[in-house]
Amino acid sequence: MTYIPNTPREQAEMLATIGVSSIEELFQDIPPRYRYPKLNLPPALSEMEAAAELKELAENNENVRDHLISFLGAGAYFHYIPAAVDHILRRGEFYTAYTPYQPEISQGTLQAIFEYQSLMCALTGMEVSNASHYDGATAVAEAVNMAYAVFRGKRTRIVISPSVHPQYRAVVRTYVQGMGLELVGDESEANALQSPFEIESLIDPNTALVIVQYPDFLGRLYDYTSLVQVAHAQGALVCIAANPTALALFKTPGEMGADIVVGEAQPLGIPLSFGGPYLGYFTTRKQYVHKMAGRLVGETVDQRGQRAYVLTLTAREQHIKRERATSNICTNQGLMALAAAVYLSLLGKQGLRQVAELCYHKAHYAAQRLSQIPGFSLAYREPFFHEFAIRLPRPFEEVQHHLLEHGILGGYHLGADYPSLKDHLLIAVTEMNTREEIDYFCEVLQEVSHD
Amino acid sequence: MTETLTLPQVIEPTIFELSSPGRTGVTFPEPDVPRSDLPAELLRADLPLPELAEVDVIRHFMHLSHLNYSVDGGFYPLGSCTMKYNPKINEDMARLPGFLFTHPLQPIETVQGSLALMYTLQEWLKEISGMAAVSLQPAAGAHGELTGVLIMRAYHRDRGDHRRTKMLIPDSAHGTNPASSGMVGLQVVQIPSDSRGNVDLNALKAQCDETVVGLMLTNPNTLGLFDEHLEEVIRTVHECGGLVYGDGANLNALVGVMRPGDIGFDILHFNLHKTFSTPHGGGGPGSGPVGVAAHLADYLPSPIVGIIEEGTDDLAPLFGFIHPPRSIGRVKAFHGHFGVLVRAYTYIAMHGAEGLRAVAENAVLNANYLRARLQDTYHIPYNRVCMHEFVAEGRFPGSDVRALDISKRLMDYDFHPPTNYFPLIVHEALMIEPTETESKRTLDAFADAMLRIAEEARTQPELLHEAPHRTPVGRVDEVKAARDLVLCCWFPENQ
Ligand SMILES: Cc1ncc(COP(=O)(O)O)c(C=O)c1O
Repeated sequence: MTYIPNTPREQAEMLATIGVSSIEELFQDIPPRYRYPKLNLPPALSEMEAAAELKELAENNENVRDHLISFLGAGAYFHYIPAAVDHILRRGEFYTAYTPYQPEISQGTLQAIFEYQSLMCALTGMEVSNASHYDGATAVAEAVNMAYAVFRGKRTRIVISPSVHPQYRAVVRTYVQGMGLELVGDESEANALQSPFEIESLIDPNTALVIVQYPDFLGRLYDYTSLVQVAHAQGALVCIAANPTALALFKTPGEMGADIVVGEAQPLGIPLSFGGPYLGYFTTRKQYVHKMAGRLVGETVDQRGQRAYVLTLTAREQHIKRERATSNICTNQGLMALAAAVYLSLLGKQGLRQVAELCYHKAHYAAQRLSQIPGFSLAYREPFFHEFAIRLPRPFEEVQHHLLEHGILGGYHLGADYPSLKDHLLIAVTEMNTREEIDYFCEVLQEVSHD
Repeated sequence: MTETLTLPQVIEPTIFELSSPGRTGVTFPEPDVPRSDLPAELLRADLPLPELAEVDVIRHFMHLSHLNYSVDGGFYPLGSCTMKYNPKINEDMARLPGFLFTHPLQPIETVQGSLALMYTLQEWLKEISGMAAVSLQPAAGAHGELTGVLIMRAYHRDRGDHRRTKMLIPDSAHGTNPASSGMVGLQVVQIPSDSRGNVDLNALKAQCDETVVGLMLTNPNTLGLFDEHLEEVIRTVHECGGLVYGDGANLNALVGVMRPGDIGFDILHFNLHKTFSTPHGGGGPGSGPVGVAAHLADYLPSPIVGIIEEGTDDLAPLFGFIHPPRSIGRVKAFHGHFGVLVRAYTYIAMHGAEGLRAVAENAVLNANYLRARLQDTYHIPYNRVCMHEFVAEGRFPGSDVRALDISKRLMDYDFHPPTNYFPLIVHEALMIEPTETESKRTLDAFADAMLRIAEEARTQPELLHEAPHRTPVGRVDEVKAARDLVLCCWFPENQ
């Protein structure tokens, strides 16, 4: 068999050492009538056949590099990933290791995570970062768990802005089902364009956590400092879900006073890959570190006096705390955290800012051009980063159909989540979009406005 | 007493220490559009990231990689984690441009390849496990558990059964099982194991009443043993109206040999990063699909992949997303760890039914072989034919050598240690899982090292207490790490 090295002769020797006469004897505890079911699976493929089959499947997709011009974002962004990132990720020493339980032979992974933690703190302006969560959505849900634990379950209200990513809100709803928490702020989507500050009136002394997004799902940028003050006045914590690329340019959630800063770090060197694996990042203030979920790497020394790193504060975690752990997370997104660390190291201070500026200027050029097409208008006047909403003169389906015929993914249909934003398109522009593409997009949309 | 302050020696500087102002590892084109004004009041003052050239970054992470032990580098018998060899072809397949450059929110007509792959993988996992429906959304085993526990809760509540608040969990269970139940607000009741390592049936029966949500059972369990009364355990829970959750972490013992669905498990999570050989990535990403029996299919997290329009002889079906009517909701954004799913798909495609059976058979053969070679030297508390792993005690009568010492000494022989101190019901546990991808030669070398270490424990115990001697760093000061809490080499106040 392909990945099984032992030969029949070696297997026979091993059976003799064990003292049984056949492999089947080793399965004697399985009730006989369940043993060896006939599985209806296709016959095994050789490596070359498998490669051909997978290539064919992959080619049944239209991808945003080779076939489609994409302005689709909504939580996953197409950015340039320098070649060096994947060269590091492909090192077997990194990707075929596991959680660094044994520090003496895992310093590579441990130091890389420690650097990832440090880079995320530098980016967000926060004091501690854990080693990752599954994605942005589950990181927000874990922020709820943490706030619940900080108040020992005594505060039961969570206030969430309707302009937090709809899928993140859905995941939070799933997670809190058995926790006895009340989730308010986004029930009525009558006016999706309302300012996120409207939720301030819902923050009360029973509020454990207030959740907003930066930029918000519609792309708008706000300084949340005053909202944080309102929440803190009621004793509540504030979680800001932030796009990490935006943080290269804009005021950090740390500066705004946030207690927890989380988000989707896919934009930091992780391919779109049809939605995953991505990287949930989670940062907070040092005072809450004991309530934080996930793995945590700390610096220390070894018995030879060398600087070394080790998983620390493990007593918070499921393998020790069991049902009293703040989270059940075990396997996380280690390799994706490595990708983000390599990406941030390569781009550095200048490169990341350059990417963010390219996104900003191109998005603003696109917004300006699009809003000049008769019938199209920007949905709001607030500042934005690399994503914005426009109102379409015709039903979304029609527009999308027309765009696809011209090889364009126009963006995300906001009507899918916000009934009041029927026929609104959320458009993302990154450094990957050329002026030519933007101009072509406008041309094709112009045709829609004429029809 | 005066303390002499010695600074620690540095093996590899951090990326911040390597920074040199003005360097960059990548340049981007100048904007091809006019610049727009930036909103001055919203800008950050400084971006305190390090500055390095590409060569600096590559050398830094290369140096770090050399400090790691890995499956590609050697034997990694980390019990419960199934550290099998990760085929290289899987890495290439996950990076095919058609997969790598597709956005999760593209119209379904443009991503039929990805959807077909997911649909087929759902079907294969159903066939392999005997479950009626599968969702690929959960991100890891623990995430699958949370999904499963939420499904169990929703099922009872839908039937108007609000009394059920108790989750039964054997004392040998992994910590994620009680933690997942705790997150859903359930009360965890621990069920002891009997003298042969099975669920203690009498203790189970005593707890089975109308308040039971269900039982979370790992089978084979974390001792590597197949429960000898599995059918009765399942029947007992079902008779009191509870559901049986299967923690599929140990499915490597059963693929192609037995289907958990056939024997009555109501829910099962898969760990694609264990059984189906997707790499562990230094801690992840994993993937934890959840399979359910027919009566729970409507509760799966939404969405799952289905056929929207049937195909014809010359037209492929149209795949799309479907939303189970009583779904517990979403458990993550988008559709799961697609890149991991591609690897698992490739792995299953290259094995087929017989290949998967050979996986389980050889995993079990290898574990029993090691057990046979070690059992006269190391005490194995539940010593009967094991499945894919077994648990030995890392201690000897009259010696102060512990499992930890043995583990550290194994590193000097260039092996990754087994899992330590889990399951909790074995003293000084050494949980050994060789997997099917190891040869007899490797197993013999490991067994020889284990026997030698036992001898050293008798003759030179200090060699073990001070081990490892041949690793890049020695034993680390965990107390200092937890006391000083240096979690970051960048501090806002240093700016
Ligand atoms: C028996 C068992 N259950 C559950 C888990 C949790 O799985 P994951 O780490 O993928 O979340 C593990 C993982 O190590 C395990 O060994």
